[in-house]
Amino acid sequence: METTNYQNFRIDAENICVDYNGKVALYDANLRLKAGQICGLVGMNGAGKTTFFNALTGFVNISKGKIRINGESVRSAQKDQTIAYVPQNEGIDSQFPVNVWDVVMMGRYGSMNIFRCPRESDVQAVKDAIERVDLTDHLSTPIGNLSGGQRKRTFLARAIAQRASILLLDEPFSGVDIRTEKLISELFIQFKNEGKTILLSTHDMIHVREFCDLVLLINKTVVAYGETSEVFTPENITTTFGGISPDFLFGPES
Amino acid sequence: MELCIFLTLDSFITDPLTHDFMRKALLMSSLVAAVCGFLSSYLTLKGWALMGDAVSHSVMPGVVVAYALGLPFSLGAFIFGVGSVALIGFIKQKSRVKEDTVIGLVFTGFFALGIVLVSKIKSNIDLHSILFGSPLGISLSDVKQTIFISLLVVILLSIFRKDLMLYCFDPRHAKTVGINIFFLHYLLLTCLSLAAVVGLQSVGIILVVAMLITPGATAYLLTDKFDKMTIISVLSAIISSLIGIYVSFWFDLETGGSIVLAQTFIFLFAFLFAPRYGIFKLKKLFAGYK
Repeated sequence: METTNYQNFRIDAENICVDYNGKVALYDANLRLKAGQICGLVGMNGAGKTTFFNALTGFVNISKGKIRINGESVRSAQKDQTIAYVPQNEGIDSQFPVNVWDVVMMGRYGSMNIFRCPRESDVQAVKDAIERVDLTDHLSTPIGNLSGGQRKRTFLARAIAQRASILLLDEPFSGVDIRTEKLISELFIQFKNEGKTILLSTHDMIHVREFCDLVLLINKTVVAYGETSEVFTPENITTTFGGISPDFLFGPES
Repeated sequence: MELCIFLTLDSFITDPLTHDFMRKALLMSSLVAAVCGFLSSYLTLKGWALMGDAVSHSVMPGVVVAYALGLPFSLGAFIFGVGSVALIGFIKQKSRVKEDTVIGLVFTGFFALGIVLVSKIKSNIDLHSILFGSPLGISLSDVKQTIFISLLVVILLSIFRKDLMLYCFDPRHAKTVGINIFFLHYLLLTCLSLAAVVGLQSVGIILVVAMLITPGATAYLLTDKFDKMTIISVLSAIISSLIGIYVSFWFDLETGGSIVLAQTFIFLFAFLFAPRYGIFKLKKLFAGYK
């Protein structure tokens, strides 16, 4: 799988800059990811993680640089349903009057007609996705009645139903129960084997070591990028977190 | 007044229908209620209640200018409605003033401009009817215009119903799957301006805000399904319009105010007795209810 795509990068972000009304949120950031790679995006709050995601999905415009998704523009990636975004639990209105089925069906909207009428194949994709995240018993549960972990799984199912080849996950492990954490870990391995590319932001350093082939440390710009074993060093982490030692972040290592 | 106590329910409903102005008022208010009710569920969920307030007040100078120039007043209202939103966006972006402050600032400014224009431009515009509506004195051309605009808004909202729902819920996902959220944003604003224009006639500028907020809020307390919320919102808006008009006819009360009061009572009822989200949670009282 990787050999066929060897020349092509799934994500190729080159020197991208994003500013909001003249205030720089991210500058000169680079990232290259291939099929089947899992990359951790690590940085403080306000370091530009969400901005990076927003730039890759086209939710904000970049002021400089170039983003290629599968060698094409972000806009064609949107049209082709190439990227799926899984938001943080805090990023969504949990009181919105929709249930699990409705949310997962939203993953299919981009491939439906203008009235968003589900076809047989859409219904099947939604069913399969919900089954994969083990929420079949909660099809018609309003999202406000779900636990944090169940809600996270609902949005993962939406990304699965979308059948995107690139998954962007904002804090996938925050505020979830152990069962969900285990399920997400298993899904990551499956996604990797399916050749999906995953970029996930996390505060939890242990997860980076566990899942990520690559790590991108950012603090408004890239502090370090590369294989986790090489890049994820105490020095780099200290720089990323503005001088805070990794002992403080991980607890003293044995 | 005492007479109505002895009326049967049948004549309570049918007697007003013998009057042409009442038939028109009922038709117009139901249309406006349907439009505002439909839109209301989106505004409630998007957190745009204040935006509804702003747009409906900002259309005022547009109405006056349009009258003065002999244009359809919906055109003037529409231009000023969308213009106010653009101005709010611009000031918010270019200054450090917070959004709710900017909204308040812009719409009161537009509103004041409208009042000044009314006093300056000698015309037969009745300030009272713009502010409080005059559903009992609607002309035939107003009826046609209201029917046309209402249908247009309802058709637009129906076509983009699901996209707008997704836009309110998770705009980032909408963008990621290739849905044009810029278009949806302005579609919602356009519909809001048009709703303000039609609402202006039946309940007036001030009370159109209630028309755009209350039905959605009521429906939000009553259901966890978006489609049901829209239907409940529209129905509660139409029912309160009918109640308001009948009550105002029989008891000689101000029509716009009666409609909004009916809406407020329906909201209070939901607030107290909604099965899941009401204070008394009817669901618990009737254990078998599902």
